[in-house]
Order: sequence, then structure tokens, then C-alpha cells
Amino acid sequence: MNRAVRILYFARLRESLGLSAEEAALPDDVADVAGLMRWLAARGGAWQQEFDGCRQIRAAINQELVPDAAPVAAGDEVAFFPPVTGG
Amino acid sequence: MSVRVQHGDFDAGAEIARLRRSDPGIGAVASFIGQVRDVNDGATVGTLTLEHYPGMTEKTLAEIIERARTRWDFFDALIIHRIGKLEPLDQIVMVAVAGSHRDECFSACEFIMDYLKTEAPFWKKEQTPEGERWVDARVSDDVARQRWEQ
Repeated sequence: MNRAVRILYFARLRESLGLSAEEAALPDDVADVAGLMRWLAARGGAWQQEFDGCRQIRAAINQELVPDAAPVAAGDEVAFFPPVTGG
Repeated sequence: MSVRVQHGDFDAGAEIARLRRSDPGIGAVASFIGQVRDVNDGATVGTLTLEHYPGMTEKTLAEIIERARTRWDFFDALIIHRIGKLEPLDQIVMVAVAGSHRDECFSACEFIMDYLKTEAPFWKKEQTPEGERWVDARVSDDVARQRWEQ
């Protein structure tokens, strides 16, 4: 089954990955945010550096902040970014 | 209740005037303005660039005002946050709360700023003489927010 999601990257991640958005088809074994991060880390290089768990990354699904255990479903807009620094 | 994310500057005096005149039951307005400093973490800041997550930003700020409304009774609240390139002395953010009495206005204004700092998807990048750098989140901002959760 093709599970397509839209993934957005902001701030430091957008720069280090050289990408602001992509459409991705999730493999069957990716069920939650943590799984998606492991899958992205496996791309190697900057992806591994950002998503191997050493750097602080926040995730949002459909524009709501979520914990790493949050499930990811087909059609979701998933965003990854560093801790926020507005104000 | 209004939330605005914009490149341009704002007139804080005019915004407060509009807010306080919106209802004759209003007896107090508390406001906060944040501006760009020329020094941060030991480096001279030439310019600051603010990036955000369009859509989620506006939604998060509106939710923060609604959360404040479940705790305090106030008539109206306003959040303005700028994005793009800013310089020292430029205004970045304004929060204003209008209510019957000062207590709920002061508290709601602080609450809104503490949640804005830790949940609204904005990111600052500083341009310094040594080059560009992304600003790190501060633990003190998380501590400031956590006091409302106790």
C-alpha cells in the first residue's frame, strides 16, 4: 500500500538537508514519528547527522506539535524543525 | 482576538488605542513589546532573519490566546509577530491584552508570551561579524512556560 506523506523542513534542517519540502511514500515499517526519523536518518550524510537522535528536533503533524510516538498516516503533513526561537 | 504575522512594522500606540476602545467595560490594557538587541551570546548582531511555518504559526498563536481565555477573563487580545530581516532596535513582537482589571491582563500577557516563545514555530538567524548562526532555544524560556503548568 502506498502511504504518501508531505514532509516539511524548517530553519537549520532546511539548510543542512538542502530541502524545504518533499512528497514521500512511507515504507510499511514506518508507523510513527520516531520511525520516520529513523528512516530519514538511513539516507546517510546530513540526514543521518540531523535524525540520528543526537540533535534536538521537534515534529508537527498537520500543524500540531507532537511527541515522537505520534502515529503517521497517509496524507499527513509532517514537519521537522529545531526548537523554536521566536518572540 | 487577533493574530498577525507580517513583514512590516507596526504602530504599538495605535494598536493599543484600538484595543482599549473596543469595549467600555475595559479598565486595563497590559502590553509587551520585544525588540532586536545588538548583542546576543557575546556576539554583535548586525541583522536578524526570522523564518516561520506559515499556517501553523497563526494556528498556534490563536490557540495560545484561547488557552489564556480558559484561565483569565478578558475582553480582547492581540498578537503581532514580524518575520523577515530585522535590525537592532526594530520591533519583533507585540502582545496586548484588554480586560476589566490589571491582574488578568498582566497574567494573560505573560502567559501568551511564555507560550509564544516555546511553541510558536518561529526561528531566528543572526548575522554577526563572524558569520551567520541559528539562535539556540533557551532553557530559561522552557522554565518560564512550565510555571503555568504547575
